[in-house]
Amino acid sequence: MSAEQIYNLLKENFGDAILEMVSNVPTEPIISVEPLQINVISQFLRDSNELQFDNLMNLSGVDDNNATKTTNEDGSVSSEGGTLSVYYHLDSFSLKHKIALKTSTNRDVPEVESVTNIWYSANWHEREAFDMFGINFLNHPDLRRILMPDDWEGFPLRKDYENPEFYDGMKIPY
Amino acid sequence: MGLLDKEFNDSNIVVAKMEDVMNWARLSSLWQLSFGLACCAIEMMAASASNYDFDRFGVMPRPTPRQADVIIISGTVTLKMATRIKRLYEQMPDPKYIISMGSCANTGGPYWEHGYHVLKGIDRIIPVDVYVPGCPPRPEALFEGLLKLQEKIRTETIRTKNKKIA
Repeated sequence: MSAEQIYNLLKENFGDAILEMVSNVPTEPIISVEPLQINVISQFLRDSNELQFDNLMNLSGVDDNNATKTTNEDGSVSSEGGTLSVYYHLDSFSLKHKIALKTSTNRDVPEVESVTNIWYSANWHEREAFDMFGINFLNHPDLRRILMPDDWEGFPLRKDYENPEFYDGMKIPY
Repeated sequence: MGLLDKEFNDSNIVVAKMEDVMNWARLSSLWQLSFGLACCAIEMMAASASNYDFDRFGVMPRPTPRQADVIIISGTVTLKMATRIKRLYEQMPDPKYIISMGSCANTGGPYWEHGYHVLKGIDRIIPVDVYVPGCPPRPEALFEGLLKLQEKIRTETIRTKNKKIA
């Protein structure tokens, strides 16, 4: 099924939860969806006979770098607003078609539904996105840090992240 | 032990200094902790395998820190790993030696500026005896490091460990 057809099929079934499709990208076309509808949409993508997306190839977090940055009097920079996104790269073994989903969430309270109950491989991917960006995946069975130590503070891949001076008594900067 | 040749009086007795014998025994059977971190560990494994044969210097891997004399820090030390390495080091019996292998273990290597998760040099948490430069060092370079360590152990006395060598 072509990306256009997939988009139209989703639009028929979910209406306003499907936002737009971007096709002029070097990879698969990207369909934007609502972060709190991603679970039902994913369920449909996997189970519908025409789509059969049985393989979640990758799930990754992204900081869209669109927060408003203000420089404080003491020289430090604080950022407000902006979005964090999650990208889903889907593939169908049986029908041999691919698509990418994107969902953007508010940077201050980033909440996206988990898809772990649909593609079990999402479990660790979502933990990584949580670890690096602090995206809270609702209904995830075990949302803990996966790479950084459990007592680490902050989310390292956010654009406004600042390296701490010390961790556990060890100096971090060179 | 050529110097001792002329001190044989009886066929069963060898006269030597206690320190020399102890140092000779220590430097000839440096058992390393079987432990690797990153790409340097691959070179370390190549050094242990039959082509290079670390065992001819008396180095063989031990699977527990309680039986190890030397720990080769072979790769990038993340902060999460650093706390574990410190614990491994503390579990090793004295006398114990550390070889820091490769740029990452020496100084943080390519992660020196943006590695928020990397310890910038293993010597920030445990005392290093020999630094081996390279990214990663070839097995020959690791041998050079080991020979330097042996040289260092040869000059030890019972009173002082780790005398500086030129």
